Amino acid sequence: MILFENVTAGYEGHTIFRNMNLQFPDNPCIALMGPSGFGKTTLLRLLAGLMAPESGKITGNEGKISFLFQEDRLLPWETALKNVALCSDEQTAYHLLKQMEIEDVHQYPGEMSGGMQRRVAIARALAFGGELLLMDEPFKGLDEGLKKRVADVIKQHAPRIVMTTHDVQEAAFMDANILHLDSLAE
Amino acid sequence: MKGKKKRLTGWIVALIWLLLWSLAAAWMGKPLLLPGPIDTLHALVKIGATSAFWRSVGLSVFRVMSGYLAAVVLGSLLAFACHFIPLLDDFLSPLRTMIRTTPVTSFIILVLLWLSNENTPVFIAFLMVLPIIWTHVQDALANTDSQLLEMSYCYRFSKTARLMHLYIPSVLSHFASACATGLGFAWKSGIAAEVIAKPMFSIGKNLQDAKVYLETPQLFAWTLMVILLSLVLEKGLKLALVRIKKQEGRRRKA
Repeated sequence: MILFENVTAGYEGHTIFRNMNLQFPDNPCIALMGPSGFGKTTLLRLLAGLMAPESGKITGNEGKISFLFQEDRLLPWETALKNVALCSDEQTAYHLLKQMEIEDVHQYPGEMSGGMQRRVAIARALAFGGELLLMDEPFKGLDEGLKKRVADVIKQHAPRIVMTTHDVQEAAFMDANILHLDSLAE
Repeated sequence: MKGKKKRLTGWIVALIWLLLWSLAAAWMGKPLLLPGPIDTLHALVKIGATSAFWRSVGLSVFRVMSGYLAAVVLGSLLAFACHFIPLLDDFLSPLRTMIRTTPVTSFIILVLLWLSNENTPVFIAFLMVLPIIWTHVQDALANTDSQLLEMSYCYRFSKTARLMHLYIPSVLSHFASACATGLGFAWKSGIAAEVIAKPMFSIGKNLQDAKVYLETPQLFAWTLMVILLSLVLEKGLKLALVRIKKQEGRRRKA
């Protein structure tokens, strides 16, 4: 179970959480919701170990963690297949991209639509594997029909998920427990 | 159609300049001071018929390109080393600044004390190109996309994967433009070094001899040869770098 104990964190003098205590529900998927600027991304970054809390303790996030960033962060000079294969083997990468409905896996990100790039980024996060998958606005740029199908693939591959979203429907697609952050931020 | 028009404009501009040159030479009326294009071409045909001419041209190109290629390799290696080892960067930074700011003639005279006439142009071309490649590549490394870097750490890329798939592609376009800039510097400084060091069978020595013996048409002919060779080398480099540009273009598409 993921637990935040007296966690204080922020960026360059700007505190986002002060002495925050938070216990995540025991569910395979948690959706963090709240208005922009309330620290959803910061919370994911703390969980991923991409930033350290100024004080306090975070437990339950041990082991290999995969992170789907809010930006796609694809290598523009590599094909979709290579982008994903850098985190696994080529066969797994190909399989995941096909599941993500990417027709031409040899396209470069610059040749793809925003939605396709997002799906490649999701495939890469799944290819990396790990015990915990953190996803920051995973369905950004996907149409409604795709969201549901992509959510099904994600659930099939990731054992535990913590995601951020603004959309209750997206949380529903993921069968997620919703955690509202409104009361946590400073 | 646009390319054809541009080519035609280029030819017209070149013809106008040739005409201006002819008029200036005719107005002066002293081929010893300013030979016209016909005199220059005549001199070029005359010296071009000798084997010594081609030997000089070949050896000059060899010297300049040797120094240039050595600088491209070492400059790139130093850029990577200094990027990843800040202490080394601090240590070598004054050296880089010194090389970049010292006049080339000072170096030529100094290097002549240490090296043979044959090797001085090689070393000078190397020395002039080294900081260009070094600085461009190191700056490009420092500007590597921080989000992609974070992603590579997050997905636990190996050091080799990070180097091959992130750092090297990130610096490629900067490296290509540094190579193009460096080639011009290598050529000009290498020939300048030959003029002073006067190695046997070199364009520089022939330039100097033509000046000493007041063979101005030959001086112009050798200079014309330097310009033509510079253009040919630049074209060759462009062709070699076309792959990088193509890749760059493809990734920037859409």
